[in-house]
Amino acid sequence: MIAASFTPGLSLVGGAMIGLAAAALLFANGKVAGVSGILARALAPQRGDLAWRIAFLCGLPLGAIAVIRLTGDPHGFAITGSFPVLVCGGLLVGFGTALGNGCTSGHGVCGLARGSRRSLAATLTFMAAGALTVFVVRHVFGAG
Amino acid sequence: MPVLAALLFGLVFGAGLAVGGMTNPAKVIAFLDVTGTWDPSLALVMGGALTVNGLAFALTRQRPRPLFAESFALPTLRDIDRELIAGAATFGVGWGLVGLCPGPALASLLRGELSVYAFVAAMVAGMWLDRLRRLYTREGRR
Repeated sequence: MIAASFTPGLSLVGGAMIGLAAAALLFANGKVAGVSGILARALAPQRGDLAWRIAFLCGLPLGAIAVIRLTGDPHGFAITGSFPVLVCGGLLVGFGTALGNGCTSGHGVCGLARGSRRSLAATLTFMAAGALTVFVVRHVFGAG
Repeated sequence: MPVLAALLFGLVFGAGLAVGGMTNPAKVIAFLDVTGTWDPSLALVMGGALTVNGLAFALTRQRPRPLFAESFALPTLRDIDRELIAGAATFGVGWGLVGLCPGPALASLLRGELSVYAFVAAMVAGMWLDRLRRLYTREGRR
């Protein structure tokens, strides 16, 4: 069954904006717009390679909050999960994206657009793992 | 100039995440919940982003160099190895547990939600853990 919360128009527009930003970062700066990689390498930067990372990372919350304020937050924000679940989830996301060299943006948006086999394998894997995790949490344990 | 450009692209990227609905963890989990009441929105976020970025990449790759840099910094790894698959699987479990991946987590930092601070702090700690692993296993630089 398709959820009532389905927002095809907004999501397509939002996706196009993400694609445009990623394309522009490669065109202008020569960099891949993978958020986990930009963050991970900002934590241990090489000389002269930090400022653009900080700038891009600062842009993310500023751009998002501008949309939320201007549009009245069309999608809302709801997070379930106790504090330990949030911390475990954060650790897994941080460690996993660093180990696998990419996340939804680096592998999913940038890697796939370049036709990278590695990114296709990674994207299929994290999508499957995410879906399986939600299945187990929601439908096996009946939580969330 | 490249730093200002990066700020602008970060703004557009973050705005796109918010417009598309990636910044609501419940919506992300509804997307991953393929056997439940499925919200396919994020497939369209991905599709929209891939279409624009894919077309743009076909043009960008024909240019000798980026506008503000000497060369394109594209990934050089080619093998589908254990680290890639184990990392992606680990990431997917965390993503499914909370509904946040790195971009939307950072993009949500100005909402003033304690849950986002906790998640981002743990995410950064997780990235440090991988740094330690790389030092320990002498895998060398990324």
